[in-house]
Amino acid sequence: MLEVKNLTFEVAQNDGKTEIIRDLSFTVPDGRLIVITGPNGGGKSTLAKLIMGLEKSTSGNILWNGEDMTPYSVTERARKGIGYAFQQPPRFKGMKISRILELAHGSSLSEDVCCEYLSKVGLCAREYIDREIDSTLSGGELKRIEIATLLARKPALAIFDEPEAGIDLWSFAMLVDTFDKLRKTGEQTVLIISHQERILQLADDIMVLQDGGILAYGPREEVFPKLGSIHMSSHSCMTNERGNC
Amino acid sequence: MDQALISHMLETIAGISGKTGGAFNLRLDSKGVERYSTENIKIIPKTDRPGIDILVRPGTKGESVHIPVILTESGLNDLVYNDFIIGEGADVTIIAGCGIHNEGHAKSEHDGIHAFKIGKNAHVRYVEKHYGEGSGTGERVLNPTTLVDLAEGASCEMEMVQIGGVSSTLRKTDATLGKNAKLLITERLMTHDAQTATSDVVIHLNGEDSSAQVISRSVAKDTSNQVFHPIAQGNARCHAHIQCDTILMDEAHVRSIPEIEANHSEAAIIHEAAIGRINNEQMLKLETLGLDESEAEKIIIDAFLE
Repeated sequence: MLEVKNLTFEVAQNDGKTEIIRDLSFTVPDGRLIVITGPNGGGKSTLAKLIMGLEKSTSGNILWNGEDMTPYSVTERARKGIGYAFQQPPRFKGMKISRILELAHGSSLSEDVCCEYLSKVGLCAREYIDREIDSTLSGGELKRIEIATLLARKPALAIFDEPEAGIDLWSFAMLVDTFDKLRKTGEQTVLIISHQERILQLADDIMVLQDGGILAYGPREEVFPKLGSIHMSSHSCMTNERGNC
Repeated sequence: MDQALISHMLETIAGISGKTGGAFNLRLDSKGVERYSTENIKIIPKTDRPGIDILVRPGTKGESVHIPVILTESGLNDLVYNDFIIGEGADVTIIAGCGIHNEGHAKSEHDGIHAFKIGKNAHVRYVEKHYGEGSGTGERVLNPTTLVDLAEGASCEMEMVQIGGVSSTLRKTDATLGKNAKLLITERLMTHDAQTATSDVVIHLNGEDSSAQVISRSVAKDTSNQVFHPIAQGNARCHAHIQCDTILMDEAHVRSIPEIEANHSEAAIIHEAAIGRINNEQMLKLETLGLDESEAEKIIIDAFLE
């Protein structure tokens, strides 16, 4: 179970401090698929990074299976079963796609198994396993490889940060199917940050995050119908001293 | 002679254990100690100066030649001239490697001057690995010179790798390309401690529709020093692409000096060079896979130099 208690994250801005995440508390039971949505600048990606340890919280605690992760590094959290697919994954000159899948999996993988992971994200696998993760890959390809990496890792808690970004329509359908299967097995707890209706419809629970706080959190059947009527103002448009956006 | 040491060095620099089955020449501590020719590939010792001639019969296909050099005596200064004459239409692999094991306090140096004459439509894959080891304070120096002459339609792939342990190296490569000739040079270099490495490459694209590509990747650690100076000179309608990438670590110092020259209106030559530290996002990505900082760093470097 994931428990987030009174989590706050502040950044220095101009002369003062701005709270990106404000005293956030919630729990995610094991085996659930949660989709976190909300306006840009609402704190979704920051929350994901705080859970993985890529950002350090200002105060509050993140507990995974009852153990406080807050003092742990990214590596330690990864070893405790937390995994994260980057919104904008980095490229690695010289590293083959099969190598990163093996690193994620933690042991060597046969060509067939590598292909299986790549097929799940809509990549025609055999063409890819020996390719390098360099600038010859398009943004969409890179993104799908990133998702395949987290599938190969199969962490107990898998966090996907906007997995649909930059992915074409055909691959997106494949991705939705993959997430649906992930949910049905119930073996992993899955957090997906997304704005896509089809992904929202897969959720067991939906959380709406705005201005660093929870606007709504509950079963999809309850939250999804209300999404249209929830008034979401974008926090990313902040007025400056002259009152301009 | 310590046979285990020789086996270990052969494995490291030439990837071989025991007999190779093909043409073979082992130079150990300035002397040729083992030599085999085959029907198509003759290895003949020079009579006027140290070194060998490697003669590949025209049309020879799929054969390989191993010509490793090992220095185990401290204080040696070994100079050798090897000439490769590759017959028309041949397709061969040449594995040259040099390993220095220096347990003493005197400098050990090997300067190999390799000259290739690659015949019409022939193809050569040339692999050269350099490696140094030993607990002595004596320097381990390797100064290779490689001269390549490519006839019409000939092609050459050169992989030059310096794995580590070489105190200083001055590498000179000079290639001349005829009509439709192709050259691919991939260079992998790692320096550490106070090592120095200089690589000067000059490519003369003289023939119409000749093309050359240089891919140089290096890692500079500790207080080591690297200088790259590749020059591509287009003297005809041709293509050339030079790419130098360096990962900079610790207090190392790297200079990359691009030089491209066009002496023909249809010469197309590109040079790209980049020097930078390991990208933090790459480190974080590997840490999310459960690797610690030093494991992640090693994986990034190993992949980069692969």
